[in-house]
Amino acid sequence: MFRKTGIAAFVALSLSAGGAWAAGAEGHITDVAFSFEGPFGKFDQNQLQRGLKIYTQVCSACHGMQYVPIRTLGDEGGPRLPEDQVRAYAAQLEIYDPEIEDFRPGIPTDRFPKVTSAGAPDLSLMAKKRAGFHGPVGTGLNQLFRGMGGPEYIYSLMTGYHEVPECAPEDFVGNYNAAFTAGGFPDACKDENGHHTVPGSWIAMGQPLWGDDVEFDDGTTATLEQEAEDVAAFLMWAAEPKMMARKHAGLTGVIFLTALSVLLYLTNKRIWAPIKHRKD
Amino acid sequence: MSGIPHDHYEPKTNGEKWLHSRLPIVGLLYDTIMIPTPKNLNWMWIWGIVLTFCLALQIVTGIVLAMHYTPHVDQAFASIEHIMRNVNGGHFLRYLHMNGASLFFAAVYLHIFRGLYYGSYKAPREITWIIGMLIYLAMMGTAFMGYVLPWGQMSFWGATVITGLFGAIPFIGEPIQTWLLGGPAVGNPTLNRFFSLHYLLPFVIAALVALHIWAFHTTGNNNPTGVDVRRTSKAEVERDTVSFWPYFVIKDLFALAVILVVFFAIVGFMPNYLGHPDNYVEANPLATPVHIVPEWYFLPFYAILRAFTSDVWVVMAASWITGGIVDAKFFGVLAMFGSIAVMALAPWLDTSSVRSGRYRPMFKWWFWLLALDFMVLMWAGAMPAEPPYSTISLIGSAYWFAYFLVILPLLGVIEKPKAEPVTIEDDFDAHYGKAEMPAE
Repeated sequence: MFRKTGIAAFVALSLSAGGAWAAGAEGHITDVAFSFEGPFGKFDQNQLQRGLKIYTQVCSACHGMQYVPIRTLGDEGGPRLPEDQVRAYAAQLEIYDPEIEDFRPGIPTDRFPKVTSAGAPDLSLMAKKRAGFHGPVGTGLNQLFRGMGGPEYIYSLMTGYHEVPECAPEDFVGNYNAAFTAGGFPDACKDENGHHTVPGSWIAMGQPLWGDDVEFDDGTTATLEQEAEDVAAFLMWAAEPKMMARKHAGLTGVIFLTALSVLLYLTNKRIWAPIKHRKD
Repeated sequence: MSGIPHDHYEPKTNGEKWLHSRLPIVGLLYDTIMIPTPKNLNWMWIWGIVLTFCLALQIVTGIVLAMHYTPHVDQAFASIEHIMRNVNGGHFLRYLHMNGASLFFAAVYLHIFRGLYYGSYKAPREITWIIGMLIYLAMMGTAFMGYVLPWGQMSFWGATVITGLFGAIPFIGEPIQTWLLGGPAVGNPTLNRFFSLHYLLPFVIAALVALHIWAFHTTGNNNPTGVDVRRTSKAEVERDTVSFWPYFVIKDLFALAVILVVFFAIVGFMPNYLGHPDNYVEANPLATPVHIVPEWYFLPFYAILRAFTSDVWVVMAASWITGGIVDAKFFGVLAMFGSIAVMALAPWLDTSSVRSGRYRPMFKWWFWLLALDFMVLMWAGAMPAEPPYSTISLIGSAYWFAYFLVILPLLGVIEKPKAEPVTIEDDFDAHYGKAEMPAE
C-alpha cells in the first residue's frame, strides 16, 4: 500500500519536473546568513543539535538519511553528541539487518535508516544536490558570491508554504510552495506568453514545519524560521560532515603556499638578477 | 638529444662512469633539465610545469581514490559517500581530484592558446603540436569517463548523451555504440570499462607527455618573438638562452605556487562550485534531468555540437547532397570533432612566415576574437538549446571554423608583418636593458 503511493508520488513528481523548467519556473529563495558560510565559517553545534531534533521528530517520519553513519553525530565539527547519547540515539532506531533478515535496534556504526515508503527523497545529500542560487544568465556569479545555496533552498522550502494563489483552481494537486520549482503548475497561473505569474510550484509534500513543532533543549524559541534554519544547517552538516576539516585544510594550504610563493618569488628574483642586468 | 649545442653530462666518479656506460639515464635527465631555454620566455610559458603537476596530482589522488571506490552500479555512488565520510582525508582527496581536473583543463586551454598566439605550432614544431592535440583528446576522454564514475545523475546522462554521439554515425553507429557501452544502454559493463580506461589513459597521457617534451627539446622551445635560438656555436647559444634549471624551474615553480594558492582556496572553501548539484543525486535511468550539461571545460565543444540544428542551411545542404545520410545530429558530431581537427591542422593552415602574433598586426585582432569566441561558446554551451543561445552558438561555431580554415590561410598572404628582432638577445635586452650595473 505504502509502496504503491510511493511509486505514484515519484512518477507524479518526475512527470511534472520537465514542464516546470521549460516554462522557466523561478523559486523564491531567501539568503540566510548561516554560521558556516565563508572560509572561516563554522557549524554551530547547538544549531546542529536543534536540527537533529527536528529531523528526528518531523522529517524522519517520511525521509531517510541512508549515507550518514549514526556514529558521526558524535564527531568533531558535527552535533557532537556525547557517546552515551549517540548510543541511545542509535538504539531507538529500527535498523533492518540483512544478516538476521529482521529489524533490530541500531548501534552507532549503523547508518541512518533508508526510508522509501512515502516516496520521499533521501536527505543525506539534500543540501548539496539542490542549488538555491543560479545565474545571472549562466555566468555562475551568484553562486560564486553567495554559495551554491543548498541550505538556503531548504530554508526557503520550509518557509515557502503560502496561501494558494488566487489564480489556481481549487482542486489543483499538491501544495503551493514559493521555493519549489520542480512541481506541477496550473495553466491558469500563466500569462499569455506562458510565463509564471507566481513563484514556485505545487509540491507533493505537505507543510512539515509550522513553528512549535519541537521543544528545543537549549531554550531557543521554536519559530518556523528558527526551525527551518536549524534543519537546513543540520542537513548541510549531514551532506558535508567534513566541512570544517576541509576548510581548515584549505586554509592551511593557502597559508603555506602563500609563504612558499613569497620564498620562490625572492629566489627567482635573485637568480635572475645577474641575467637581467648582466655585464657585457 | 637537443639540437641546440650545450654542455652534456660528464660522469666523474667510477660509479657514475660504470652506470653511464651501461644506462645513460643520468645523462638523459641532465640533458633534459639543463636544456638551453630562450631567456625571454614570458609568464605564458609556465603552463607546462602546471600541467605536469596536474597529471601527477590526478594520478596520485586517483590511485588512492581507486583503493576505496567500487565500480558497480549498485555501489559506486555509495562508495563515493564512503570516501567522503569514512576514509581518512578521503573528502579532501576527492575534492582535490575533482577540482584537479578543472585546473588541468584551465591550464591546458591557456597552454594551447599561448601556442596559437605565438605560433608555437609552426615548423619545426608540428609534431609537438600534434602530440599536444593527442594529449588533449586523451585528457577529454579521461575526464569524461572519470565524471561517469561517481554514478550521479549527470554521470549517467552525460554518458548516455556522449556515447549517443557515436550512435549518430550512419549505418555503423549503433553497433559501435553498443560495443562501446558493452550493452544496449549505459549500465554496469559501461561503468566497469570506464573505470578501467579512466585508470589506463593517464599513463598513456604520461607517455605522450614524454614524447611532447622530447619533440620540443629537439626543436628547442618557441619564445615570444618566435625567432630561433642562434645555434652555430655554444657561445652564441649562451647569449640567447639560459639553462632550464634553475632559471625556469624556479620561475615556473613560483607561478605554480601562486596558482595553487587559488586552487587550494577553491578546494577548501568552494569545492562544488565548478560541479553540478545534480551529480549528488544517484543515477536513475528512469528520470532524465531537466537540463543535461557537461562540465565547464567541455562546454565550448558542446555548444558546437548543438549549434548545427536541422534548420541551418549548411546542415540542409549536407543532408541534401548525401541523400539524408548526414543528418543534423551526425553533422553536429562531425562539427565537434572537426573543431579540434582544424586546430590540429593549424601548422599547415597558417601560411604566415612570421611565427609570433606579436609581429602580426592583423592576426592579433583575429586571435583575440577567437579567444573571446571560445569564452562565448563556453557560456552558450551552458545555456538551454533555444533562441537566442542557439543562434549565438552557431555564430560562434562558424567563427571557430572560419578562423582556422579561412582567416589563418588568408592572413599569411594579405598581412604585412612588423619587423621581428634579429635575435632573442635583442628582444631580452630591449626589455631589461644592457644593464651597466654589475651583478648583485
